Amino acid sequence: MISRRHFLLLTGVAIATPVKGQLPPNIAEIRKAALQQAIGKVVGNAQVRTGRVKLEIPPLIDNGNAVPVTVEVESPMTQADHVKAIHLFTERNPQPYVFSAHLGPRAGKARVAARARIADTGDVVAIAQMSDGSFWQESVKVIVTLSACLEEGLI
Amino acid sequence: MARVVVNVPAEAKKGEVIEIRTLAGHAMETGFRRTQLGELIPRDIIRSLVCTYNGVEVFRAELHPAMAANPLLSFTTVATESGTLEFRWTGDNGFSATEKASIKVV
Amino acid sequence: MALGEIPLSERKSGYEFMSRETRAMQDDAVTGPAVLTLLDGEALWGKLGCAACHTNMKGVAARYPAIVGGKLTTLEQQVRHRNPELAYESRELLALTAFVAKQSRGMPIEVSEIKSHLEAGRAFFHKRQGQLNLACANCHDDNWGKKLAGTPIPQAHPTGYPIYRLEWQSVGSITRRFRNCLTGMRAELLPHGAPELVDLELYLMWRARGMPMEAPAVRP
Repeated sequence: MISRRHFLLLTGVAIATPVKGQLPPNIAEIRKAALQQAIGKVVGNAQVRTGRVKLEIPPLIDNGNAVPVTVEVESPMTQADHVKAIHLFTERNPQPYVFSAHLGPRAGKARVAARARIADTGDVVAIAQMSDGSFWQESVKVIVTLSACLEEGLI
Repeated sequence: MARVVVNVPAEAKKGEVIEIRTLAGHAMETGFRRTQLGELIPRDIIRSLVCTYNGVEVFRAELHPAMAANPLLSFTTVATESGTLEFRWTGDNGFSATEKASIKVV
Repeated sequence: MALGEIPLSERKSGYEFMSRETRAMQDDAVTGPAVLTLLDGEALWGKLGCAACHTNMKGVAARYPAIVGGKLTTLEQQVRHRNPELAYESRELLALTAFVAKQSRGMPIEVSEIKSHLEAGRAFFHKRQGQLNLACANCHDDNWGKKLAGTPIPQAHPTGYPIYRLEWQSVGSITRRFRNCLTGMRAELLPHGAPELVDLELYLMWRARGMPMEAPAVRP
């Protein structure tokens, strides 16, 4: 399923838009694969375990253009045992990377906040890369609603 | 230079974990939008933020088009000693912005 | 009170229709999305020398649109009058307007009841128009709180303008918002400064009388 916003835009401007503006019908699968590939680039062959990561993101999003996100990871943040990096991904955007934050023992706490663009309803995934080489994640499914009465003329 | 905001506590106890909040004025053009005529608007975003504390890097982030416009990034650091935190944003098309903040550690 | 008008005690700001997280963005005085615009406005206020005459702008935004020089004038128009080189919806005009409007934060909206303009504004609000044959009142008086495209319809009180609209990814004026509504209704798109929109703004401010200003607000 393509983004609701894009679907409405396409049906509204179908005649005028050149072909290259349209999305392929299997866009959902393409983006899901892109997400897995992006995660793969970060974790390599390592197994990603669920846990230790807390991804705070509103489950119902007023507008996907600016979504407050906070990722916090349980860790003593010592030289011996700390979070090296926090990576944030989304499933339904044209490209899956949001940010990668590089931390270390000087961070004191593994907690990063940002505002992300989430294009459509789907998964948002936060992955923590630990100093011992392990990877942990939390994945949250969010619903993105459209604002009404836009400049492009959609209700 | 673009407008940026950094919020660092003026004073902290040694060893305290302090919160640093940053905001940078930038449209973060994703590279996926098209003009009315269907032409792709090229990507133009902030690509990285680096924070140093008395010259030592304590935080670094890579930003991608999925960061919202006027990107906010908040993180923490341990108040180790008095001194200066420096922030540098760099991005596409030679974008560069810097800001400094002093901290007194007691 | 005409049929369908929201009773004064039932009025709610658009703030109350937003998620907790979006409200937090509005309340974030340090890194909220409108903060940069406010800082720009403060800088321009100094650079353009406004402070030489205007020492205290508290309450000003809460009473616009107002009659200035015999003409009903919006805050943007008043700022432009002094600085005609600033285009409608330009970064500079928005920054200055946001900075001025912020000085009225928390103060109750109190516009003068200029009968002819108020009646014109009210008539426009209730007029069915456009391809969808909708009047503003159909959504904002009769169906506020119900969902439109998955989003709750607010009551349309201009307590927070200029707003950082998440949809625009920038700060914008009430006229920009009106133009979005007209586009959404498939009605004739009126230009910035159109007297119909100035009258409408007066009517909406009067309809929101007594409600506290919260500019610059954040809205979806």
